[in-house]
Amino acid sequence: MSEPEPAVDARRIAAEARSRVRFEEEALELADQVYRVARRLVGSREEAEDLVQETYARAFRSWRSYTPGTNMRAWLLRILTNLNVDRGRRIQRTPPIQPLEESDYYLANKLASSAGEAALDQEQVVERLSQDSIVHALADIQPQFRDVVVLVDIGDFSYADAAEILDIPMGTVMSRLHRGRRALKQKLAEETIA
Amino acid sequence: MTERDPCERCEELMQDFLDRTLTDVEWREAETHLAGCDYCRRRYRFEETLRRYVKLSAAERMPPGLMAKLEELRGLDAMA
Repeated sequence: MSEPEPAVDARRIAAEARSRVRFEEEALELADQVYRVARRLVGSREEAEDLVQETYARAFRSWRSYTPGTNMRAWLLRILTNLNVDRGRRIQRTPPIQPLEESDYYLANKLASSAGEAALDQEQVVERLSQDSIVHALADIQPQFRDVVVLVDIGDFSYADAAEILDIPMGTVMSRLHRGRRALKQKLAEETIA
Repeated sequence: MTERDPCERCEELMQDFLDRTLTDVEWREAETHLAGCDYCRRRYRFEETLRRYVKLSAAERMPPGLMAKLEELRGLDAMA
């Protein structure tokens, strides 16, 4: 004998409400990590705050499309990067022409030639490169390269996650990552070595 | 055939070396060169330091108040 329909409905509704609460809690636990990535994808704290709020509003509305047990941080970042592209924030920030970046040893060689090989030692690096200069250099990289550097080197996402978040092939993630890191070092060299 | 500059080759392998995405053959190639080359070793170590430092410098905590705003969004539901 099956139960009367209202009881089944009530149980289904209660179960769904519980899943939603669980989803929301899990998503909110990731807010700080989501913000950290967002902050480096856009130009200002205000933009980052807006973007994170829009992301959570959309995530909470579409919680049913999240598959429990999959990588929620990547899922949230995918929403966030899509919103960021939609809002055209990155376009405003794109410089018209970007010269080709220098090679991988460029910054190290510049530091070494201005202050000797010892300038490459850990304590000296921290002394010579300010945290501000790093933040500025990062903001200066072309967005398509910066997005990948921010996701992988700051957000700790794997190549595969970054590929999924940005909807680009993994090979493109790797080549943009390599170029982005070189561009970052070039900017740092320009900023910190007169 | 011209011999390639081994340091230039080592430079090429650096990012993948630190990302641990080299093939075994390339890995051995880099390790062998690094074992005998102070110049490249210093640059690899510099890159490691730089990566850690970039991560540290880029980390900015969520502004106070944002969490409360996100909490307020709870319960938003397209079906509601």
